[in-house]
Amino acid sequence: MPPNNVVVPARHAPLIPRDSLAGNALVAVIAILTFLACLTAGGAMLTSDAAHAWRSEVLSEVTIQIKPKSGVDVQAVVDKAVAAASHAPGVEKVHAYSTLESEKLLAPWLGAGLDLSLLPVPRLIVVALSDQSPDALARLRQVLQQAAPEASLDDHRTWARRIGAMANAIVGLALVVFILTIVAMATAIGFATRGAMAGVREIIDVLHFVGASDAFIASEFQRHFRRLGLKGALFGGLSAIAFFAAISFLSGAWSRSPGGNEIAAMFGSFSLSAGGYLALLLVGAGVTLLTGYVSRTIVFRYLSELL
Amino acid sequence: MLLFENVGLRYGMGPEIVRGVNFSIDPQSFTFITGPSGAGKTTLLRLMLLSLRPTRGKIHIFDRDASQLDKRELTGLRRRIGVVFQDFRLLDHLTTYENVALPLRVVGREEKDYRAEVIELLRWVGLGDRMHALPPVLSGGEKQRAAIARALIVRPELLLADEPTGNVDPGLARRLLRLFVELHRLGTAVVIATHDVQLLDQFGFARRLVVGDGLVSMFDGASP
Repeated sequence: MPPNNVVVPARHAPLIPRDSLAGNALVAVIAILTFLACLTAGGAMLTSDAAHAWRSEVLSEVTIQIKPKSGVDVQAVVDKAVAAASHAPGVEKVHAYSTLESEKLLAPWLGAGLDLSLLPVPRLIVVALSDQSPDALARLRQVLQQAAPEASLDDHRTWARRIGAMANAIVGLALVVFILTIVAMATAIGFATRGAMAGVREIIDVLHFVGASDAFIASEFQRHFRRLGLKGALFGGLSAIAFFAAISFLSGAWSRSPGGNEIAAMFGSFSLSAGGYLALLLVGAGVTLLTGYVSRTIVFRYLSELL
Repeated sequence: MLLFENVGLRYGMGPEIVRGVNFSIDPQSFTFITGPSGAGKTTLLRLMLLSLRPTRGKIHIFDRDASQLDKRELTGLRRRIGVVFQDFRLLDHLTTYENVALPLRVVGREEKDYRAEVIELLRWVGLGDRMHALPPVLSGGEKQRAAIARALIVRPELLLADEPTGNVDPGLARRLLRLFVELHRLGTAVVIATHDVQLLDQFGFARRLVVGDGLVSMFDGASP
């Protein structure tokens, strides 16, 4: 029990004065870089999700093409191909585009009201697959070859591969940018820690002389910088989550506008999945841990140079 | 406890500040380091505290070669040494209480465990009503007492004090020195750097290391 009339405050003042250490500026830097890292990660996930959805859709159908040829009754070939495809295993639905529908497909490029009867416009048959396995495709190809050898089958795999390659390139680039952002953040934290330590060198000397270990001193700095990192990561991460939530809302509104379906078909829905939002939270958590780790490492390195 | 073997120190390519110094500090001894201002008393204390590395020679402390110590071992040895700096070196953002409790806090002791002994020591050195004050508002004498209390709170095996009575009145100076003598009686080796001749005369039993021109001369004290 302390002596009478003596009130000792229970607080434990931080040994390193907070106002001597990098504060708001570092929080701002961490927040901005966390936001950019989250944007990059979220953008990569959106790209990957969109490419995956596009590939799935593209690969869920095959296209049978019948090119006009002199001496060949195109409509008869179309009918034979439709009949063969309808009875092939692994086929869900068969739709043959009429002449009018084929002309409408070309309208965006050739304009409306154009007489296409003199142009060799191929007839298209879209086959929706219930079984996308190579065996099922091979059987369909065989059946079609027997029933309508003038028809050709496009399984869209070339397009799917190209989409996949493009998506992979974008995701790879995003990964590089993400890593560079994290490296920039670690560098900023390192500079701030070194500057902070130089500013409190006398305090560190006193701590050494009264018997503080390097680990003790490092933990004082680590605690402070981790707090700054958490603040910055919260600002940046939550801002990024809000950003993606906003564009998800806006993309939903766009999809209901004229042309919205085409935009959605081209670019996807701009909606991050629940896993995507979780990934952004993990980025924020990772930034917080990184801040503490980098500052502790820098402190140890600095202290090792001191007696 | 402390052995200097042919120790020398120079800064850069300049002349040696300490030249070929040989002496030992025995356990439970009482030693004054004296000499004119600028002679190297503080430098000698800093070498004892291992905050300076000699440019030649060897220092043995607590039976260990100081040049072979790793950081962890150095920290452990420093916890056995109490030091009073000439410029006090209190932490301005901590209260007097927190400054005195600092050596206990950095070794991981719980505040509730050491609160009573810190308060008792603060009252003994006359700072009982100043424990919540921050160092910038303390007088020179109060700072000195706080610095002394911080050095003594861990009951060190070796106490190094640089001009510990330079800023206090004679009455308090005698009281503080009685505290040092009591510590010595309880087993602490005390080393005090001072140029106060009256102080030396009061403690005739103490050994004297006289620093001058980078050299150290030893004079044993009179028998008590």
